[in-house]
Formats: sequence, C-alpha cells, structure tokens
Amino acid sequence: MQQIIFFFIRNKNFLLFALLFGISIGLTLNSHYYHKTKFVNSANFLSGGIFSFKSTVTDYFDLRQQNEILTEENKKLRAFIQNLEQEESIDTTDGMFADRSFKFYAAKVINNNYAKTKNYLTLNKGSNDSLKVDMGVISSEGIVGIVHSVSGNYASVQSVLNTNSQVVAKFKKSDHFGTLVWNTEIPNVVQLTEIPRLAPVALGDTIVTDGKSTIFPEGIPIGKVRDFERNPDEDYYSINVELFTDMTSVKHVYAVENTRAEEILTLENQVEDAEQ
Amino acid sequence: MQNNEILVNSVRFLVLVFVQVLLLNQINIMGYVNPFLYPLFILVFPLNGNKSLLILLSFVLGLTIDMFGDSGGVHAAACVFIAWIRPVMLRSSFGVSYQLNTLKISTAPLSKQIGYILLMVFFHHVVLFSLEIFNLNRILLILKSTLFSGVLSAVLMVCTVLLFSRKSA
Repeated sequence: MQQIIFFFIRNKNFLLFALLFGISIGLTLNSHYYHKTKFVNSANFLSGGIFSFKSTVTDYFDLRQQNEILTEENKKLRAFIQNLEQEESIDTTDGMFADRSFKFYAAKVINNNYAKTKNYLTLNKGSNDSLKVDMGVISSEGIVGIVHSVSGNYASVQSVLNTNSQVVAKFKKSDHFGTLVWNTEIPNVVQLTEIPRLAPVALGDTIVTDGKSTIFPEGIPIGKVRDFERNPDEDYYSINVELFTDMTSVKHVYAVENTRAEEILTLENQVEDAEQ
Repeated sequence: MQNNEILVNSVRFLVLVFVQVLLLNQINIMGYVNPFLYPLFILVFPLNGNKSLLILLSFVLGLTIDMFGDSGGVHAAACVFIAWIRPVMLRSSFGVSYQLNTLKISTAPLSKQIGYILLMVFFHHVVLFSLEIFNLNRILLILKSTLFSGVLSAVLMVCTVLLFSRKSA
C-alpha cells in the first residue's frame, strides 16, 4: 500500500500531466467528431462579453465598407420589391423571400475565424433573441454557416470554412445537387462533391442552396464555379466553388429559421423508423 | 511563491490571454500564419515554482484560449505538454545550474534564451497543429504551419522578453 502511495507521490507530475493531456485530447476529439456537443465554446457569457467589447471598438474601422454592402443589399431588395409590384403575384420559385415558412433574424458577427481548419464565428444574438441550434446563417451576398451552439446572448456559428461543415448545394440552372465541403486549402474556395458526371458543368455556373435540407431556404446564393475536373475513372466531378460571401470581412448576417423544420424532421424520422 | 510573484504571474496570465485573443488571433498572414505569444507564461514561470501548479495553470491557460478560439482542447493539450517537458528543456538549454536557484532566465546569455524559446515553441506548435489539423495526410500543412507560425511566435517572444526583462545593471 505504502509503495503505491509513494509511486503516486513520486510520479504526481506525470500523472497530472497525463490526466490533463487526456482531458484535452478528449475535448479535441469531441470537437473533431461530434461538432454539436462541444463543452468549451465561445458562445458563453465570458468570451461573448469580451468579444462584443472588442467589436464595439473595431466596428468603426470598416464602417464605410459595411455601409456599402448594406446599401448594395438595399438596392437589390428595392429592385426586388419593384418587380413584385409589377408582377402582382409572388414568384414562388425564388423561395428566399416568398416562402412564408422562413423567419430572418439580423445579427452581427463579433468574432470571426477563417485561418484554421475548423472555423467558427460568434454572433451577438442568442437564445434570448430566438436563435436556435441548426439555424442557417447567411449574409447579404450568400451563405455563411450553421449555428452550432447558443447561449442566452451569443451564438457560435460553424463557418462553411470548417472541415466538419456539410451543406447541400445545387446548380441554379440544372438542379443537380451535391454536398459542399471545404478542403482547408484556400479561404473563400469550397468544394462541391457528388455531382454526377452527366451533369452539365461550366465555369462561372452559379451554385445555390438546395431546399432539401431544413436549414437553408432554397435558392440562397453560395458561389460560382471557379474550376472543375473529372477523372475518367470516377463518376463524380470535383468542383471548386468561389464563395460570394467574403468570409474574411463578413459583419452583418441573418439567421434563418425554418418554422416547419421540426414538422419535416419528425416526418422524416417516422419514415426512417418505419423502415427499420 | 511569494505574494508578489503570485500577483505578477496572475497579471501576466490575464494580459497574455487578452493580447492573444484580442490582437494576435486576428492576425492571419497569408491565411494561416498566426503568432502565439501566450505560451510565454509557461516559459517564464518562476523556475523554483511548483511543477504541478504549473501544469494545472497551463491547462487553464490553454483551455481559456480554446474557449475564445472554439478549438476544442488543442491549446490546452499543447500547453500541458510544454509545461510537463519544461524541466527537461531548461536543463538542456541552461545546464544543470538552473536547479540551484541561482539562475534567472532574463540574466542568462541571449543565445541560450533564444534556444530555450525555440525549443519550447517548436514542441508547443507541433502538438497544437497536429491536433488542430488532425490528419496525417496533411502532415505537410502541419509542418508548414509549425515552421511559419513558430518562427513568428519565437521572434515575438524574444522581443517581449527583451522588452520586459529587468536587468539590474
């Protein structure tokens, strides 16, 4: 018994190291594999508070640029309203504005990463402002990411520039859909996978979100085809997509809530359960 | 540790975390090069301080950085690792004399200080980027990030040490 106690005392530094290193590795693995159940994230009272303090200072630096972006968006929306009034009928193919099942919440990015392999943004709105986990986040130009954890006043968003990120996307012209992932090589360039080889692909094609997932409304712009290739022995294209949103300067964003998501997911789960 | 040392180290802890999170994490040269200054806390922790306490503090330090960076536990792991190997690194950089309490890091020859900083930064960054990227196929990216960020971090640390060393000359 005494021997054991002596052993612990003699090696207490190593044991402490091993314990804490083990915990760290555990947290790391957790963040690599189960991206929704993270214990340590920036959507909390302390880091959220410090980041919003930081953003009260740094917000002034790019006011001009952000104003231009918002003016540009106003212009687009104004043109859109004009068209609607002229047609006097709601164009249901452009689901972003017409479909009533989506609610938009404005928020501001108070912390932004884009240089790591797993990037997250922190927003200044949280569950008190009706933000929930799994809501899509878009900017005026295109998609930004998906909310992955919320606290009372802050939300942490998994950026599309994250190796865990998987967004269903499709070609605007042909409706062929695939999964959008990021290979970490260039910020602002993501990869569209699983596009079958019979799909027509051309440089500059617009990629938009697909309504099949309950996270984003259909037709939110994502980016355009930058380059693509198809190996003769593979059935799928590998396509590089340049994002419309400049992820390095995104500031004003909208969280999108699909009010029918729960209903759709419940139905889908029922079907899956029935098949098993 | 005396009261004074506790105060100095607490202030150093907080200042380094703030500088890292608010300033250095926003620097992204060429998209992936980011200097890390906060391990300096572990490097200049009192040489006669409690080793277990250092390992525990390093864990808290790393976890704080992780919390701000949404990076799981990668910084915590890297910090705990270099806190654990610190005695070995001290011995290999400054010789056995560091154990006799006669040595202060800031009064050692500059070349030895730089050697010590480089060693510690290298191990910190290797653990950090291996865990962050976590993909053996990307070993080149791990090495590239370690090299570029490491050089930047080391330069920054040497400058900070030179700037703040109190040489009673």
